[in-house]
Amino acid sequence: MTIDALLFQALNGLAAASGLFFVAAGLSLIFGVTRIINIAHGSLYMLGIYLAYTFATRVGGVLGFWGGIVAAALIVAAIGALIEILLLRRIYRAPELFQLLATFALLLVINDAALWIWGPEDLLGPRAPGLRGAVEILGRRFPSYDLFLIAMGPIVLIALQLVLTRTRFGRLVRAATQDREMVGALGVNQAVLFTSVFAVGAFLAGLGGAMQVAREPANLLMDLTVISDAFVVVVVGGMGSIPGAYLAAIIIAEIKALCIGIGVVEFGGFRVNFSKLTLVAEFIVMAVVLIVRPHGLLGRAQGAIRSVAEPEEPIRPATAALKFLGLVVLGLLICLPLFAKTSPYTLVLGTDILIAIIFATSLHFIMGPGGMHSFGHAAYFGLGAYGAALIVKFLAAPMLGAIAFAPLLALAGALLFGWFAVRLSGVYLAMLTLAFAQIVWSIVYQWEDVTGGSNGVVGIWPAAPFNTATNYYLLALAFAVLSVLLLRRMLFSPFGYAMRAGRDSPLRAEAIGIDVKRVHWVGFAVAGCICGLAGGLFAFAKGSISPETIAVGRSIDGLVMVLLGGIQTLTGPIVGAATFVMLQDTIMRQVEYWRALLGATILLLVLVFPAGIVGGIMARYAAWKSR
Amino acid sequence: MSVLSIRNLRKSFGGVHAVDGVSFDVDKGEFLALIGPNGAGKSTCFNMINGQIMPDSGDILLGERRINGLPPRKVWRQGVGRTFQIAATFASMTVAENVQMALISHADELFSMFSVAARRHRERAIALLEQVGMAAAADRACRELAYGDVKRVELAVALANEPRLLLMDEPTAGMAPKERNELIALVKSLVVERGISVLFTEHSMDVVFAFADRIIVLARGRLIADGDARAIRENPKVQEVYFGTGKTFERAKEGA
Amino acid sequence: MTGEPVLAVRDLSAWYGAARILYDLAFEVGRGEVVALMGRNGAGKSTTMKSIMGMIAKKSGQVTFRGRDITSLKTFEIARLGMGFVPEDRRIFSDLTVLENLDVGRQPPRMIEGTAQTEAWTPERLFALFPNLGQMPDRLGNHMSGGEQQMLTVARTLMGNPLLVLLDEPSEGVAPVIVEQMAHTIVELKKQGLSILLSEQNINFAELVSDRVYVLEKGQIHWQGSMAELSGNIDVQRSFLTV
Repeated sequence: MTIDALLFQALNGLAAASGLFFVAAGLSLIFGVTRIINIAHGSLYMLGIYLAYTFATRVGGVLGFWGGIVAAALIVAAIGALIEILLLRRIYRAPELFQLLATFALLLVINDAALWIWGPEDLLGPRAPGLRGAVEILGRRFPSYDLFLIAMGPIVLIALQLVLTRTRFGRLVRAATQDREMVGALGVNQAVLFTSVFAVGAFLAGLGGAMQVAREPANLLMDLTVISDAFVVVVVGGMGSIPGAYLAAIIIAEIKALCIGIGVVEFGGFRVNFSKLTLVAEFIVMAVVLIVRPHGLLGRAQGAIRSVAEPEEPIRPATAALKFLGLVVLGLLICLPLFAKTSPYTLVLGTDILIAIIFATSLHFIMGPGGMHSFGHAAYFGLGAYGAALIVKFLAAPMLGAIAFAPLLALAGALLFGWFAVRLSGVYLAMLTLAFAQIVWSIVYQWEDVTGGSNGVVGIWPAAPFNTATNYYLLALAFAVLSVLLLRRMLFSPFGYAMRAGRDSPLRAEAIGIDVKRVHWVGFAVAGCICGLAGGLFAFAKGSISPETIAVGRSIDGLVMVLLGGIQTLTGPIVGAATFVMLQDTIMRQVEYWRALLGATILLLVLVFPAGIVGGIMARYAAWKSR
Repeated sequence: MSVLSIRNLRKSFGGVHAVDGVSFDVDKGEFLALIGPNGAGKSTCFNMINGQIMPDSGDILLGERRINGLPPRKVWRQGVGRTFQIAATFASMTVAENVQMALISHADELFSMFSVAARRHRERAIALLEQVGMAAAADRACRELAYGDVKRVELAVALANEPRLLLMDEPTAGMAPKERNELIALVKSLVVERGISVLFTEHSMDVVFAFADRIIVLARGRLIADGDARAIRENPKVQEVYFGTGKTFERAKEGA
Repeated sequence: MTGEPVLAVRDLSAWYGAARILYDLAFEVGRGEVVALMGRNGAGKSTTMKSIMGMIAKKSGQVTFRGRDITSLKTFEIARLGMGFVPEDRRIFSDLTVLENLDVGRQPPRMIEGTAQTEAWTPERLFALFPNLGQMPDRLGNHMSGGEQQMLTVARTLMGNPLLVLLDEPSEGVAPVIVEQMAHTIVELKKQGLSILLSEQNINFAELVSDRVYVLEKGQIHWQGSMAELSGNIDVQRSFLTV
């Protein structure tokens, strides 16, 4: 590989950086003012490229292409404004993670809408009228359109900076980023400000997408890939810093381009395919940046954000009624195999639910009482599942030995990743955990000789006497009950209190001798360990494990379960996990557009139960009692 | 005998000398007020002693031991309690649990995972709450308390490890005049009983003049005065940078 | 007090969640008057101001401002009618400079009926009132001392050319010299025709600036009268202000 070729590849990277920058800048703006992490921002990008495709092919010509790009961005801006007015406006006062859940639901809905409108095939737009040719650079032909894209990056960057610093709108945006209520008290209509910021952010995402129409095909996977790239860019650049986002977009795009450019390299017998390492590479960059500069390259420590959520109630030991209820439920669960004689599927579903309960309860352990919002809990699930599967495959370990090994491998992973993660907080911690989960996923995906790559590991069946649906269900039940009780016991212990102390007031906790980082690190490790158990059980329940079952989707599922149940309650994750799995199961099996329906269901729950199911029931009970 | 000795302490933030060569001592059992205009460097001083900020140079001696650069939790284990300007407590715990948390930490039981925290050191916690007049509220959620009461809880928390030095950053901020006097009177009685030294910052001059054994005045990062209430009150330099004419805090006698 | 009051509050009650904080408050602020709400911490002073300003979700009663019922208006609409709010904790935009902070507070100028004051506030006029701020127009909010921030938060509210300013505990947590400057400012603003509703615990400060006083205790008004009357009434001071 020559230097020229590398430089040429670097130019390619610059062209890709522009689109990435637009999405990230929009995401950052919206987060700044509304404090909402818009997971559906990648969906807006996706809509932009689909719309631009439609204009370019249906209208055609110069107007259809160039006018289409502008029109697509404007339509996406209007959609963004509608989303803000119809949905987000109702949930600004909800806990921040609940808002996240709502935007995730939106992502599901938009994805199915796009499937319905444009179909499942990849759609590549025509080349740009006027910029069809190429220029000779370094002895190679470089598309003129890409040069145009490269130029657009700094142009939009400068325009945005001018708007933010020189206009009143920009000053209001920056002021609202810090204290929106105060901005309102000074006579600024917050609703209009929020809607317009959301529209601007959506416009940028739509524009970023639309401009790629001549460069890459539109497809339905874009929403998730773009949003995770945009997250990385925003976090690396520093939340709220637009120049930071540009810098980070260039760094990330360059690293990707160079990895692809380098291709396969031999290191004394070792063949490393760099083009497969793009994902790992970008997340490693993010992890390094976050560790060296916890607020991103150009970001600053965020001032204290005014919390709108109420602090939670003190935890109290279970009342007699709750204990009784728990025993009744347990009794019913033990008897489930008797009722399920005629439909063995019930037990399969039951096992899935129990595994989800372990998964969600362990996530809640760090998210709720620990205040660490992990977006990458799938990593520990994956380590557990692959740990169990691989020890069976390579060492022919007995089943129970493999299930015991699962939490140990997850524990090791959680100790390693947690050590870094507890150094950060809030959004940054969330993104770093996501990065680690992506790294685990990539390793599993790419280390084919050991993990089987995309095929995964198959033939991991439970040994007698657990090789029947009934017995395996009872085994899962036993582990679930043990895990839930163990974690619950810990929450009532001095350790659990210390974890909450560190969350409630790190300042006070440190001032009474609590090493908050260490306590949270141990908490993180415990949660990872228990989560690994869920992974191990999962591998044997399914008989196989593949990378897709431990991808980002599983982390999100965990978040949804915890939030659905109610993060401020101890029984919430159990109810949330059960509800989610049943919903997903019934919807997925019966409906073609299941994503949209699942999304709509989540939205409904968010609007009706803003404190989660259990939280909502408790609030209504309290209101009823106080009457 | 000095409990705390500050020697030539310095700290700059981006070229601005927040604390510029400050030295003073706190004697055993002394109630020492640190006053000065906003931005004079009082909080920076406090945060250096407490371990939240690392000094650029100088010494912080706790008894014989130099504690520069120790993190807050280790400074606490050396016997330094602290209260904050905006009272910091654990909002999701009950009043008693807040105190129990400090006692659990003091007893090095933070990593005990299977005992029940709410039952540990409960009597001792109640006894401490008794002393600050909050025992009746022991099982209420801390977040429900009026602010003045939160301050009392914070005091009980700060006393839990039997400190030899108590750092109180504007202990009466946000309280009504009578509550202020009551709280400081309470602090004074508790610390006199136990021989604890107190270093506190305060803007409420009636509190300072009524209770401080000695007053030191900081302005623009430097110590400009050191003495008893009368000496400070009459110091023209202090009047100029801090007191003004005094009519916003000195009561006409018939009202007092 | 003569003529129609600029602010009239009737039967005002407010809740935080299930907890009731205010009980049927009734009071008025006349044109050009400085009225102090006094009372202990937790008596409901800040909640009263936030309720007037539309910043409390659950409230009942009626608030009339310049003859208009503003009870159900949104915060920004109330601000645009000419009500300024200076919060207790200042809430400066710390990433913005002094000038930018002032710009966020800017609103269209309006006439104060019945007075000669027609001139809109500008940064220049405010810098004359607060010379400290004039020396640091480009300083970021988070590089300012507490006293300077206290000045800026008042100046920022004045940029909206309010007819009435709600000043929440302006003397809290700042050095006596700053408190004195604050008192001078209030007297100066009153001269210019502004009405002010003040919440205060420091009776010495209140005496310097206020015309009338309402004493609050546990969310109810327990005493009202002129400042001079309160100064002479040791019983009320002892019972409710706990001097």
